[in-house]
Amino acid sequence: MTKSSASRGGTAAPARRETFSSRRLFILSAIGSAVGLGNIWRFPYVAYENGGGAFLIPYLVALLCAGIPLLFLDYSIGHRFRGSAPLAYRRLHRAAEPIGWWQVLICFVIAVYYAAIIAWAAMYAWFSITQAWGDDAEGFFFNNYLHTADQAGLSFDFVSSVFFPMLAVWIVTIVIMVAGVNKGISRANAVILPLLVVMFVILVVQSLFLDGAMEGLNAFFTPNWDSLQNPGVWAAAFGHIFFSLSVAFGIMVTYSSYLKRKTDLTGSGMVVAFANSGFEILAGIGVFAALGFMSVASGQAVDEVASGGIGLAFVAFPTIVSEAPFGAVLGVLFFGSLVFAGLTSLISILEVIVAAFQDKLGWSRKAATLVVTIPIALISLILFPTTTGIHLLDTSDAFVNQFGILACALVTVIVVSAGLGSLPRLQKHLNRTSTVKMGAGWRILVGGIVPVALGYMLINEIQTKSSEQYSGYPAWFNGVFGWGMAGALIVGAVLLSLIPWGEKSKLKDAEYEEFNAAEELDGDVDNNREDVKA
Amino acid sequence: MTPIAITMMIIAMVTIWGGLGLAMWNLARHPEDEDELPTPEEMPHEL
Repeated sequence: MTKSSASRGGTAAPARRETFSSRRLFILSAIGSAVGLGNIWRFPYVAYENGGGAFLIPYLVALLCAGIPLLFLDYSIGHRFRGSAPLAYRRLHRAAEPIGWWQVLICFVIAVYYAAIIAWAAMYAWFSITQAWGDDAEGFFFNNYLHTADQAGLSFDFVSSVFFPMLAVWIVTIVIMVAGVNKGISRANAVILPLLVVMFVILVVQSLFLDGAMEGLNAFFTPNWDSLQNPGVWAAAFGHIFFSLSVAFGIMVTYSSYLKRKTDLTGSGMVVAFANSGFEILAGIGVFAALGFMSVASGQAVDEVASGGIGLAFVAFPTIVSEAPFGAVLGVLFFGSLVFAGLTSLISILEVIVAAFQDKLGWSRKAATLVVTIPIALISLILFPTTTGIHLLDTSDAFVNQFGILACALVTVIVVSAGLGSLPRLQKHLNRTSTVKMGAGWRILVGGIVPVALGYMLINEIQTKSSEQYSGYPAWFNGVFGWGMAGALIVGAVLLSLIPWGEKSKLKDAEYEEFNAAEELDGDVDNNREDVKA
Repeated sequence: MTPIAITMMIIAMVTIWGGLGLAMWNLARHPEDEDELPTPEEMPHEL
C-alpha cells in the first residue's frame, strides 16, 4: 500500500507494521512512558512513609523480583506476537484476547483523567510566576482554581481555567499521535525526555541549596529498620514498582511490538527499569530537599509537611515556591517537569488504544488515531474540567488504575503461566535475541512470586475499599464510578473479544506470517498447538 | 545529615545509578544488528 493510496482510501492499512527506527528511540519512549507523575509525586512519599532509607531494600527486591521480570514478560509477548495488546494476546491464544481488551479499557479510563492533571500542572507553571495562590495554596487549589463542589457527584458546571489547558493538552497529544510511531512518539520522547531530565536536575540542584535541605534529606534517607518486619512495607514496595514501570496494562506490549525482530529485549529492558528507578531517586532527593526547606521555614517537623500526590504537587510545592529564593524558577521547573513526564506517559497510554483499533479494524494510522483520540478527548473534556472533576478523577484512579490494574495483572500472569503454560516459550523468545539471558528463575518469579505478591496486594485493596466508603464519597458515587467502572471494564473486554477479526484486520497479515515463519525456523514452538499438545 | 542517612543515600545512588550505568554499558557492548535497521524504502508510511 502506497502513501497515496492509503491517504485516498482513508482507512486502508499501511503495508508494513510501524517500527522504532532505532533501539535508542524505543528505550527513550519506554522510559518516557515509565517516568510519569508517580515518579515525582508518589515515590518520595511512599519511600519516606515506609522506612525511609530502609525502604531501599524492599524496593530493590521488588524491582529485581517482580518489576523487571514482569517488564520482560510484557516485552516477550509484544515482541513475539507483534501486535497491540488484544492482537498479541489473541495470537498467544484465542482465550487470552479479553486480557488485551481489559488492558485497552483500563488505558482508556486513565487517559481521560490523566490529561486533567497535566493541564493543572501546566497552569501551575504559569501560576508559579505570578504566585497566584497567595498565602493559602490549599484554598486556592480547591476553591479558586478547581471550584470544587462540596459534594461528590456528576456536574457539568465547567471551569474554564481547567477546560482550556486541557483542550491544549489534547491538541498537542493528538498531533503527536497522528504523526505515528517514528515521526510522532519517537520524536516527542527524544525531545521531551532529555528536557525533563535537564529541568529536573536543575530543580534538584536548586533545592539542595535551600536552607533546611539537609534536614529533608536526613528524614528521607534515615532508615527505620523495624519497618522491614512489616508486610505492608513490602507490599508498598511491590505495589510502587509495579505501577511505576507501566507493566501489565498493555503499554510495554504495544511498544515492544514496534521493535525489529532482532532486538536486545532484556538488555534494553534493564536500561528502562534502572533509568526509571534512577529518576525516582533523583525525585526523592529534589522533593525532600524542598520539603526540608518548607519544614525549616514553617517551623514544623518534616513529617508534618511531607505529603504525596496532589497534596504535594498543588499544596506543598506552591507554598515552597512562595517562600524559596528564586521560587518562580523552582515552580516552573517542578510543574514543567510534571507536564513533560505526564505528556510522555499519556502518549504511551493512548498508543495502547490506537494500536488496538488499528489492528482490529485494519485502519491507517491517521484514521485510527483520529477516530480513537477525538472521542476520548471529548469525554475527557466533558467530565473533568468541571466542579466535580477532581472527585471523579480520585475515584477512577483508585478503582481503575490501582485496583483494576492489579486484578488485570494477576489474571494475566496466572493465564500466561499456569493457564497456557507459555512461560518456557516466552523465555526462549527472550533468550534468542537478548544479551541478558533468562533462566528458570525468571519463570519461577513470573509464575510464582509475582502472582503471590499481586494476590496479596489485591486482597489488601479489596479489604481496604470494602471496609469504608472511599474518600468519604457517597456510596452510589463509588458504586458507579468505582466498583461499577472496574467491573464494566471486564464485561466490556469480554464483549470486545467476541467481535470477530475481519478480513482487513491484522490478525493474519502477511508480514506477521513471514515473521512467524522466521521464528519457527529459529526454534519457536507453540505449546498450545493441537499437534504439539498431542 | 546523620552518618547512617548519608550511608543509605550513597548506597541508593550507587545501586540504582550504578545499575543504570551497568545496563547501558552492557547495551553499548552489543550494538544493534545493522542488518536489522530498516532502509528508507522499508520504512512504513505512517500517514
